[in-house]
Amino acid sequence: MARQSNQEINAGSMADIAFLLLIFFLVTTTMDTDAGLSRQLPPMPDEEQQKDDNKIKERNLLIVLINKQDRLLVNGEELRVKQLRERAIEFIENTANQEDLPEKKYEIIKIKNPKYYPGSDLPKKVPHNLFEQRFPEGYAVSKGVISLQNDRGTSYKMYIEVQNELVAAYSEVRDRLSKRMFQKPYEALNEEDDVNAIRAAIPQRISEAEPKNIGN
Amino acid sequence: MASKFERKGKSGGTPAINTASLPDIVFMLLFFFMVSTTMRETELKIHVTVPEATELTKLEKKSLVSYIYVGEPKASYQKFYGSEPRIQLNDAFKQVNDIPDYIAAEREARDENERPFMTTSMKIDEHVKMGIVTDIKQELRKANALKINYSTRKKLQ
Repeated sequence: MARQSNQEINAGSMADIAFLLLIFFLVTTTMDTDAGLSRQLPPMPDEEQQKDDNKIKERNLLIVLINKQDRLLVNGEELRVKQLRERAIEFIENTANQEDLPEKKYEIIKIKNPKYYPGSDLPKKVPHNLFEQRFPEGYAVSKGVISLQNDRGTSYKMYIEVQNELVAAYSEVRDRLSKRMFQKPYEALNEEDDVNAIRAAIPQRISEAEPKNIGN
Repeated sequence: MASKFERKGKSGGTPAINTASLPDIVFMLLFFFMVSTTMRETELKIHVTVPEATELTKLEKKSLVSYIYVGEPKASYQKFYGSEPRIQLNDAFKQVNDIPDYIAAEREARDENERPFMTTSMKIDEHVKMGIVTDIKQELRKANALKINYSTRKKLQ
């Protein structure tokens, strides 16, 4: 009796069982993580709203047209996809306050729960008014809207490429501001409130227009 | 060398490889795959190669995502469905005007307080024309499913 209780459980088949489970999981699961370009669609317009849309001033609008031959027309000027990012950055920033680029609206931006002074190792508190200190009259938030319009014959690949360039332009501008304010690239910001402050200062305004045929 | 083999031979046959740690190794692999992968939820009946992009945002909550696939039917389905890009919802080919029902059903399946955070991920083949995509977007707007995500691959630079 004593001898039997000392006997070990035969674990020889353990490996087989584990292999079986492993193979099951290998077959039924996928590796791919879901990532992509996130967008917010505009709600279905009412009759009145449609009239409002026309109120955006011409200078505040960057119209990006893609035709069915996948060629780009940006505010009436033919561009290559590679040039689009630069053009969009120029439009978003409007550093020289040019007449034909978007207007700016001064807004006071607050960092909600500031913790540490970014860039320094010392756990110094960020003043609640970091943005207010640097920009006493408020930060000049661009009123610019990028309107993306496409034809039914445009290829999806091209559409995504253009979307990507536009998002990249916004990221770059945000990155520049982030480096100026927090001495860190936008991607490296750890505090959500800092990210939100940057987002408020440079809102991403890409409008996916009402579908219409724009021909050739 | 020869003497080595001899010595072993004398001590009575080649000793068995110790497999005691094999289950541990396999379990480790098993756990790795369980953690790093997700369940395959639908079987694709169409070819989808999503386009490449660099500015990706990850979809956080998988349980709140509903998928719309668009692409050319696979060879075995082309006999019935042709080779034009088609929409697949769950496991079946559908039309554009089936989307509001699909969104409603997806919404119904989620918890009420999570519904505002639902996202629609569009897995669309890069060769599809924008016409069908625009139609889908219009249907989504009608169904008030405004958060969307164009599924893309990471572009290697």
